[in-house]
Amino acid sequence: MAQTGEETVSENKQSSTIDYSAFPNAEGHFGPYGGRFVSETLIYALDELNAIYSRLKDDPDFQAEFDKDLAHYVGRPSPLYFAERWTRELGGAQIYLKREDLNHTGAHKVNNTIGQALLAKFTGKGRVIAETGAGQHGVATATVAARLGLKCRVYMGADDVKRQSLNVYRMKLLGAEVFPVTSGSRTLKDAMNEAMRDWATNVDDTFYIIGTVAGPHPYPQLVRDFQAVIGREARAQCLAQAGKLPDALVACVGGGSNAIGLFHPFLTDESVSMYGVEAGGLGIETGKHAAPLNKGVPGVLHGNRTYLMEDENGQIIETHSVSAGLDYPGVGPEHSWLKDIGRVKYVPINDDEALAAFRKVTRTEGIMPALESSHALAYVEKLAPTMSKDQIIIANLSGRGDKDILTVAGIDGITV
Amino acid sequence: MSRISQVLNHAKSQGRKALVTYIVNGDPYPAATLPTMHKLVEQGVDIIELGVPFSDPMAEGPVIQQGHERALAHHVSLKSTLEVAREFRKTNNHTPLVLMGYANPVERFGYEAFAKAAAEAGIDGLLTVDLPPEEVAVLKEALDASGLDNIFLLAPTTTVERARKIASHASGFLYYVSLKGVTGAGHLDVTAVKAKLDEFGQLTDLPVCVGFGIKDPATAKAIAALADGVVVGSVLVEKMGSMADQSQEKIAQAVGDIVGGIRRALDDC
Ligand SMILES: Cc1ncc(COP(=O)(O)O)c(C=O)c1O
Repeated sequence: MAQTGEETVSENKQSSTIDYSAFPNAEGHFGPYGGRFVSETLIYALDELNAIYSRLKDDPDFQAEFDKDLAHYVGRPSPLYFAERWTRELGGAQIYLKREDLNHTGAHKVNNTIGQALLAKFTGKGRVIAETGAGQHGVATATVAARLGLKCRVYMGADDVKRQSLNVYRMKLLGAEVFPVTSGSRTLKDAMNEAMRDWATNVDDTFYIIGTVAGPHPYPQLVRDFQAVIGREARAQCLAQAGKLPDALVACVGGGSNAIGLFHPFLTDESVSMYGVEAGGLGIETGKHAAPLNKGVPGVLHGNRTYLMEDENGQIIETHSVSAGLDYPGVGPEHSWLKDIGRVKYVPINDDEALAAFRKVTRTEGIMPALESSHALAYVEKLAPTMSKDQIIIANLSGRGDKDILTVAGIDGITV
Repeated sequence: MSRISQVLNHAKSQGRKALVTYIVNGDPYPAATLPTMHKLVEQGVDIIELGVPFSDPMAEGPVIQQGHERALAHHVSLKSTLEVAREFRKTNNHTPLVLMGYANPVERFGYEAFAKAAAEAGIDGLLTVDLPPEEVAVLKEALDASGLDNIFLLAPTTTVERARKIASHASGFLYYVSLKGVTGAGHLDVTAVKAKLDEFGQLTDLPVCVGFGIKDPATAKAIAALADGVVVGSVLVEKMGSMADQSQEKIAQAVGDIVGGIRRALDDC
């Protein structure tokens, strides 16, 4: 076939770009990551879920129902807000905040629970379970369960039950049963173990609503697809409001759902840099953190292969973060892959930096961010001044900070 | 033929049901494991499954989870489990040893390094709860090269078609999980086990052992009538956990007593 020089160039360029929509593959792999590492009892349920999702994901009726719920129940699209005063103060790139905090229930988590609840409806199962760290995913699950009249149990580490007591009570008011998990490190990872055990036991009548882009295939894929509404909106909003694409995206990474939701629709936009912000806790050199992409190694936990925090014997180690929603020793497998191929840069932000950003954005913009989101904002504080004034950063403000008021007051030595 | 196959074939030829027992290495403290293993053999156990403690044992009920936690408090690892096997082999060369655990410690050890070290230590097989056939290819190659059996679970939710596929990857024996749930659960239903095993039919020539929820001689006997052998775990781990402050001799004796009762029930099948 005859080719002009120009065609050859564009072909070369094409072959160097990755078709991100082809990941995961049929087995749920993102390169060496992802997959299905579960006990045999759950394989059937995962096959069933995969079959339902494969059928529905391109079904216009299903998408229309999802979009309708997002518009009328969640309140989407969420605004892309230009943080003018904060931008001026930092003196660099223009900062836009994707306002997931304005969603019903106060965080991005509900985008996913709406989607999975629709899937649950198709399976006809009358009971849903979830794991939760900060309680945001638990609240978002309890909310959709209340709306659909489903029985709901939420597993939560006993330590998190204490530090997120407001969300615990919210879930109870919504009619969910909150089950404190006392095994292991009594945090999110142990809640996920317990939810898996419940699922294996009650697999016939129970739908497991996983709260982030982790777990066995097809969860990392379907949670990503449901959260990708964040990035699709942000991309269109940025083009409409600023007349061009952003130069950088910043989002916090616990399991990685709000981050992948923002990043995914931009992955092929080569001019857009991406930063995933992990919880640096007391500092990654102290070992007391939750930053597997910065300081972990690949391993197998919770049904997928991904970067993990573990000791030399392959035991998962305890993590630390001031924010319960980032306090997780693993991360979604797609992030592990995006790290390895260099498409996204993963950086740590320490507790004190996140708290400072929490206060700063609260005072400067009148927006009180979740402590999770504050990690992303703290990185913006570092990044924006290094960029020029005509450049644009979009930071994902994944949730609102009301749930964290007691934690911050405690740090201030105040009893509310 | 592997040690596991030899033992199971021999039992079958004698019309005996195989008794497989599970304890967690290092539970409730490391010195308790070896004497308990020898006592198990003395009481008629055919195969010992040694649980490798893991921080996140997703398929275990509370009893075995706590066993893992007790062992981890003593820093028991995959490496130290191989040491125990080596010690055991100094005086026992006939009882097959199967390691049962989770993928991550094996992955951290390195698949090939693990397979070599395990074979050298006298281990006969590996059952990795969270490595289904779809994810096991690389490890299996290493196990095959070192002559280790790869044991797989079949569950009540496993379709016949899938069971055939699993059986084609398996060696040693097939382990049928008798209920939907975690180890130590209390809702074992003998009729349902029979129905599912009938549905599977003869998958391969491999013997089938059934476990999860078998806690007493009567249940063991009823289940053994349907299969080549039974696996007993939680009831032993529970006993060991309750004796954490007692001597290893007493622990071994108490576990031996439970197992002896089950052995006698199986023998008058
Ligand atoms: C507001 C908020 N942001 C972020 C996270 C972290 O989760 P992910 O990384 O899946 O977005 C959580 C988790 O609870 C959260 O509540």
